[in-house]
Amino acid sequence: MKIAVLLKMVPDLVEELEVDSTGKALDTEELKFKLNEFDDHALEEALLLGGEEDEVVALALEGEGNEKLLFTALAKGASRAVQLTGVQPGGSGEQATAFAAALAESSFDLILTGVQSVDDREGQLGPLLAARMGLPCVSVVTGVSVTDGGATVNKEYSGGVMAEFEVTLPAVLGIQSAQQPPRYAPVSKVRQMQQTATIESLTVGGAGGGAESEVTAMAPPEVGASAKMLDDAAALLEVLRGEGVA
Amino acid sequence: MSGVLVVCEHLSGEFADITFELLALANSLGAGDVSAVTFGSMAGKASELGSAACVIDAGCEDEYNPESYAAAVSTAVDAHSPDLILIGSTSMGMDIAAPVAAAHGLPLVAYCTTVEATNGGFACSSSLYGGKLGVSSQVSSPAVAMVLPGSCDGDAGRVAGSPAVNELAIPESAGKVRFNRLIEPEAGDVDITQSGVLVAIGRGIGSKDDIELVAELAELLDADLACSRPIVDAGWMEKSRQVGKSGFKVKPRVYIALGISGAPEHIEGMKNSATIIAINSDEDAPIFDVAHYGLTEDLFDVCEELVEELE
Amino acid sequence: MGDHRYQEYVEKDDAVIDGIDVSGAWNRMWVPREVTEYDFTFLDRVTDLSGGESMGWCYECAECIGVCPVDNVGSYGPRKLYRKLQIGLDLFDHPDLWLCTTCRNCLRVCPKEVDMMQIMPAVREQAILNGNVPGELQEMLQNVAEYGNPMGESARKRMRWLKKFDEPVRDLSKEPGEVDVLWYVSDYFSYHPRGIDAAKAMVRVFNRLGVDFGVLGRNERCDGDSQRLCGETGLFEELAEHNHALFEQNPHERLVVSDPHAYNAFKNEYPKLTGTEYNVQHYTQFLAEKTEQLAGMFTGEFPRKVTFHDPCYLGRHNGEYEAPRTLIEAVPGIDFVEMFRCKEQGYCCGGGGGGMWLDGLTADHTFERLSENRVREAVDVGAEVLAVCCPYEVSRFEDAVKSTDNDGKLEVLDIIEILDSCLGDD
Repeated sequence: MKIAVLLKMVPDLVEELEVDSTGKALDTEELKFKLNEFDDHALEEALLLGGEEDEVVALALEGEGNEKLLFTALAKGASRAVQLTGVQPGGSGEQATAFAAALAESSFDLILTGVQSVDDREGQLGPLLAARMGLPCVSVVTGVSVTDGGATVNKEYSGGVMAEFEVTLPAVLGIQSAQQPPRYAPVSKVRQMQQTATIESLTVGGAGGGAESEVTAMAPPEVGASAKMLDDAAALLEVLRGEGVA
Repeated sequence: MSGVLVVCEHLSGEFADITFELLALANSLGAGDVSAVTFGSMAGKASELGSAACVIDAGCEDEYNPESYAAAVSTAVDAHSPDLILIGSTSMGMDIAAPVAAAHGLPLVAYCTTVEATNGGFACSSSLYGGKLGVSSQVSSPAVAMVLPGSCDGDAGRVAGSPAVNELAIPESAGKVRFNRLIEPEAGDVDITQSGVLVAIGRGIGSKDDIELVAELAELLDADLACSRPIVDAGWMEKSRQVGKSGFKVKPRVYIALGISGAPEHIEGMKNSATIIAINSDEDAPIFDVAHYGLTEDLFDVCEELVEELE
Repeated sequence: MGDHRYQEYVEKDDAVIDGIDVSGAWNRMWVPREVTEYDFTFLDRVTDLSGGESMGWCYECAECIGVCPVDNVGSYGPRKLYRKLQIGLDLFDHPDLWLCTTCRNCLRVCPKEVDMMQIMPAVREQAILNGNVPGELQEMLQNVAEYGNPMGESARKRMRWLKKFDEPVRDLSKEPGEVDVLWYVSDYFSYHPRGIDAAKAMVRVFNRLGVDFGVLGRNERCDGDSQRLCGETGLFEELAEHNHALFEQNPHERLVVSDPHAYNAFKNEYPKLTGTEYNVQHYTQFLAEKTEQLAGMFTGEFPRKVTFHDPCYLGRHNGEYEAPRTLIEAVPGIDFVEMFRCKEQGYCCGGGGGGMWLDGLTADHTFERLSENRVREAVDVGAEVLAVCCPYEVSRFEDAVKSTDNDGKLEVLDIIEILDSCLGDD
């Protein structure tokens, strides 16, 4: 079995996010990037699924910090790491197009991505990719087991209810959480990979992502610096009602 | 046709709240007639969808299926050419929006909290970066918008009526995704990281017996119980309920902290909750620095009053 | 693999041969006797490791058990570990691997020099490489690897504690140049609210004394010593390279640290990697040299009964017992009282060797926190204030004060806070 995992760096929310002078984009000066947390789960699920004979390939678009990211994936147990070059940075639509071009070249049985990311304003990568590749897709997956020619997946609804589906392979799955917390990559292993392993490079065409929307403004939501103090339980009840929980 | 197409969601034979929220939003746009796509036998409950001008019965099986439902919505878009397709930013919506947008070459805007009709298109505001930034965007019509649950008043969309029901002929599904079964959560086996509403107790609770009252409140609010470390240490609650550094990281829609002072070790585990409400008798408790709403009263009194009111 | 192997080595309760009971049960006084031939597979796996050798030297005298702080609140210690390894404990995949706080009290009394400070990191390193790392610890390691501090706070916000604080502090990342004292602030002093209180006190004291000091600002990263003891050798090396480069880039007469763990790292561990000796002092050592000057500056009194908790990594690991006491005793009006377990025999707060981030796991295997045990002792000697000088301790002990119902009876303060409180406003 051949499993592809798509990894993506996203702005780290630990840092303050600043809007640049255009008012329409993030100020990249102060930005720090980290692996999308759901992608980490997708990688973990792929590693849990992949046996001795299987191949787990981690793919990422060229970009700041992505090499370290791919070496880390190798340190965790991925069989190969591929960096896609020649892609203009863009929204999830463009990313899906780039990944679709890269994945079309080889026959994967499963393509795993994180279910969503903090910056996918144009939609989630998994289903966008599946639509471009004409593959079935299930999002919000919390468990995968591979059967003969297919996979059994658990998809999470709200309130802890899940649905179990059979999916014909090849398929794209948007992973919400792996069956185990993502494993730790010891620094020495990552460093060893940086010295001994190679990251393959694959050039894909900078094909457009299709119809898009235009960002007109970006701003933090208005919130008070600290708590709005309420007078009594009745006021609290009003707040709860406003939040739709009472 | 033009207008707005709302993709209805249902579970276990009932329309989900998001359905009515989307209907309310669709009607507020003033962008033409609102039609609602239903699946399975839900067209039989069309009378609940009175705020739609017409209901499109897309057939399909009763149980949600990512593949066939997306294909059916796509067929409905072909048949009705709406200017805007509203889909919930939900587990089901995530499967449907992208294939529909891709099939028709439409722009897609996700995580919308507001959508307004503008000249020749729509202005959307998306909540991105963990809610830290609101991103406004302009899309030309036709477009697909995924709307975050809780963004609109569902009650406004919950109007009884008798919309016309049109049956839609849908192509046979490719059958690559097949529904097996629903898995209900096991009783008593709560995953607090997945809870929408959490009522969390801390050292301020005083005695184990008081937990009962809080549990009662949690039940009335349809919330799960959680706690800070001292409560687990005291053996009053299970480790699976613990929020914080050595417990779980949670980010529910609403986090109600009762008698939790807000040690950094605790705050680390819950600071990303969408709305934080803190009740603590100490007005200087650091929990109020991260809370959106605060109340400095005896938590036992507050709980009693709330339970009384809610019952 | 597990403890079930124990069964193989225990005399049977019931062994009747040809009608004769040969089990010895009739002659047994308390429990079945154990046989003495063992399968050394698991012990060998430990002693085969570089650093793990001394585990095999144990001759089970059990001197260590009496002084092991974890045994005091549970059942632990090198001798017990040795015994478990004999009878089939796979230490590489067992909670016992994570209970040792590397406090060094066992090594102090061990006639065979069984060295947990070598054994633990060696075995833990293998466990981590095999993916066996407790969740709470993994998160800390990830935070340190990603952000350079265990809290997972933004590295850029490392100097945020100076906000709304008017005292001058030279941030060498912005104003480079030579300083007399390069003050390594450390993670808890930079990010933890109670640590920040102490950090501010340090600045005020330095400024009153006219110390020419600078800090590394947003470039400073975790010293890595606790991560090393957790077995994350690679991470430790990475941090050591980073901090070493900073020390080289910022010329200074001496390096003064807030944290005994950093002191241990810079004094004993960094030189092994970098080949450089650092002129490093714990802040209590630096200030103890200035006791006279301080004494002349005190304007206030501290008329309270105070006891002192020796940090393992300042005391037992590095032999410094006097500097903190010199400072405490210099404070006007102070009533200083020792706890029974002090100096060489000081009790451990539970935070060392990764214990700081293993509270959940430790709680499952002990009946009370080490910090709680220590707080009770401080209360027993009648102290109103528990003085500390390790950034891990304030939060640990304050928590323990609450959980042992001693709220209001015992205050936990860093020595620097006590000194600062007696120096007045200017």
